Amino acid sequence: MAVAFDELRQRADARWQDLTAGPKAWIRVGGGVSGEAAGCDAVIEAFEKAIADTGAEAFVTRVGMLGLCYAEPLVDIAMPGGPRVYYANVEPDQVAKILDSHVVRGQPDKSLAFACSARPDGNGIDGITPLKDLPDIAAQTRIVTRNFGRIDPTDLLQYIANGGYAGLDKALESMSPDQVLEEVKDSGLRGRGGAAFPTGLKWSFLSGSSAPVKYILCNAEEGDPGAFNDKAILESDPHTLLEGLILAGYATGATKGFIFIRQGHNEPINLSRKAVTDAYEVGLLGEHILGSEFSYDAEVVLTGDSYVAGEETALMEAIEGKRAQPRYRPPFPAQAGLWQKPSNINNVKSLAFVPQIIARGSEWFKSIGTEKSTGTALVCLSGNIQRPGLYEVPMGLTIRQVLEDVGGGAPNGKTIKVIQTGGPLGGVLGEEAFDVEIDFDAMSAAGAILGAGGIIVGDEDVSVVDLTRALIAFNQFEACGKCFPCRLGTTHMLETLDRVCMNRANANDFELMERIGNSMKVGSLCGHGQLGYNPILSAVKYFKDEFDASIQDHAGAVGHFPDGSMITPTRTRP
Amino acid sequence: MATAAPDSGDEIRDRIRNVLQGQKQDTVTVLSSLLNVQDELHYLPDEAIEETAAFVKSTINEVWSVASFYTNFRFTPPGDHTLEVCWGPSCHVMGAQKILKSVQEELGISREGETEDGKVTLEYNTCLGACAQAPVIAVDHIHMGRITPQHATSIARELQSR
Repeated sequence: MAVAFDELRQRADARWQDLTAGPKAWIRVGGGVSGEAAGCDAVIEAFEKAIADTGAEAFVTRVGMLGLCYAEPLVDIAMPGGPRVYYANVEPDQVAKILDSHVVRGQPDKSLAFACSARPDGNGIDGITPLKDLPDIAAQTRIVTRNFGRIDPTDLLQYIANGGYAGLDKALESMSPDQVLEEVKDSGLRGRGGAAFPTGLKWSFLSGSSAPVKYILCNAEEGDPGAFNDKAILESDPHTLLEGLILAGYATGATKGFIFIRQGHNEPINLSRKAVTDAYEVGLLGEHILGSEFSYDAEVVLTGDSYVAGEETALMEAIEGKRAQPRYRPPFPAQAGLWQKPSNINNVKSLAFVPQIIARGSEWFKSIGTEKSTGTALVCLSGNIQRPGLYEVPMGLTIRQVLEDVGGGAPNGKTIKVIQTGGPLGGVLGEEAFDVEIDFDAMSAAGAILGAGGIIVGDEDVSVVDLTRALIAFNQFEACGKCFPCRLGTTHMLETLDRVCMNRANANDFELMERIGNSMKVGSLCGHGQLGYNPILSAVKYFKDEFDASIQDHAGAVGHFPDGSMITPTRTRP
Repeated sequence: MATAAPDSGDEIRDRIRNVLQGQKQDTVTVLSSLLNVQDELHYLPDEAIEETAAFVKSTINEVWSVASFYTNFRFTPPGDHTLEVCWGPSCHVMGAQKILKSVQEELGISREGETEDGKVTLEYNTCLGACAQAPVIAVDHIHMGRITPQHATSIARELQSR
């Protein structure tokens, strides 16, 4: 069996050699949805045109995101065998100049260069900042994101050339399914979708079942506004997820894996579909994977727009083609899940860690992060922050370190007043919480959740009342309608917060919302209702003055929408 | 993106049946069928509900229950162009409200839906997924980030004349 993979690896190495040390310069432009929003496609077009016009010895690849979204459109150029020189915020009209000086004349344009990677001998280029010295790169430990911005996400061989599928090859060659399961258990890996449940333990519920058909469901629905790391994995390195999905299948004896994505996110959908097709073609999926006794299928399935579809039992309903509403438990998914078959649901990030854990061992993984939150967190910074982006930092950094050292603080000399973490069911936190460590348990003790890793930052000009209202408006819009405490409770909370925003709150409104929140907590089947009051609870805890002002001072505007002009979606879910 | 109005019920039924039978993925369900039909027609006419029910051997009621649940499904033809404005919390903090206001002023509408001439459909989106580039809009499903109200106004104006 090793022959097949060795042959693949040889082809992959040859391909990588061609790309990096062939006759032409390699120009990589950061893509993904973030790159698209920053205008990368016009830059790619400009490079292609300039190369055709000048006959420059270069080719262009649309890679995934490096994570430094603030620097997009981000271009890097490597001359054959040379270091990569990064150009940030490139405009299409700068392209001809960059190409001429860097590729045609062999002189990187130092006036425009943003950073530069090291050559194999450790030296960079004088006068250009080494990439590793950028504060937002220096703070990172890149495991899941190791290939981001580096390889073409449509090219399986580039993934293999960079150590891809070595974990799977090792597992099939020299480890039993139980050994793979034990390795993941030992690593301390906990689910990155929000609940932080130990991944290995979850897998053991499925591996214990002797049913002939069992499923691994990868949840890539990622409905949390402010979190874009799952989509980034699928856009930047889809095979790292697929390898994890296959390893999960091997460890648990599952027969098929599903990757579940919301319709409309075309880039992640197309790239993961291509990854699956390519994996089948070379025998990494299907019958007798890499010549072993292990057979496994994979499919990308789409859902319509529904936030609750990301809840694990609602997700199974959606794959079955029904309304995405949660099921009553028990039976639990590991007993009777998708089509009543034993099933296991993992988030994209959880699975994406697995290939490296198997390839490098659980001891290595445990050496990163904190004792009970091992490994790294994929943090998405957005809002009023100097350097919005996706950063993979070791667990245990404080929120303040992430905001200041990685994110660079608030722009325009302002101060950060509020952050929102853990998605719309998570917390609204003030400055007192910034010294909390990024760690599942430390954050939940502070009334926050790390959740999927989104941190939305607000500066001193942001009204916490308005922000909280926006989160509750989201929760109300996305309530699936199954449990009435959630369906009615979110609506009632929104009406109440609308009054608060318009300075027409009553003194007992906050007590009323608390009672509604408690009813939702005990009377709802899933987290949407159980956690739906969290934004208000935490916001009132950290910003009591601001809410009190809305009751006491009816004359003074607390937020920006005393006229009632807040966004209220008009499409509803009957 | 423009949706050609089909001439007859028969023609539209043929198109729908072709889509339903031509589904490429392994897992074929009510939801997958509706998603594929909407990809083709950009909305779900009554015929789509009926044909899907027949195709998956289900009832019209069951198909409606799915179609009415997912907010991406629409039951009338959209405008020639779609303009989505994100109102997720990242975009909220970065001024989504002002973006929306300038777009609505330019389009002459006060809520989601089509402009009077049917050229542009305005949709609010709960999160377009490019949060680091907030505020974000999408024009015919292409994302555009770091949008200013002035830029949004000129995009809306340009779409109406396209």
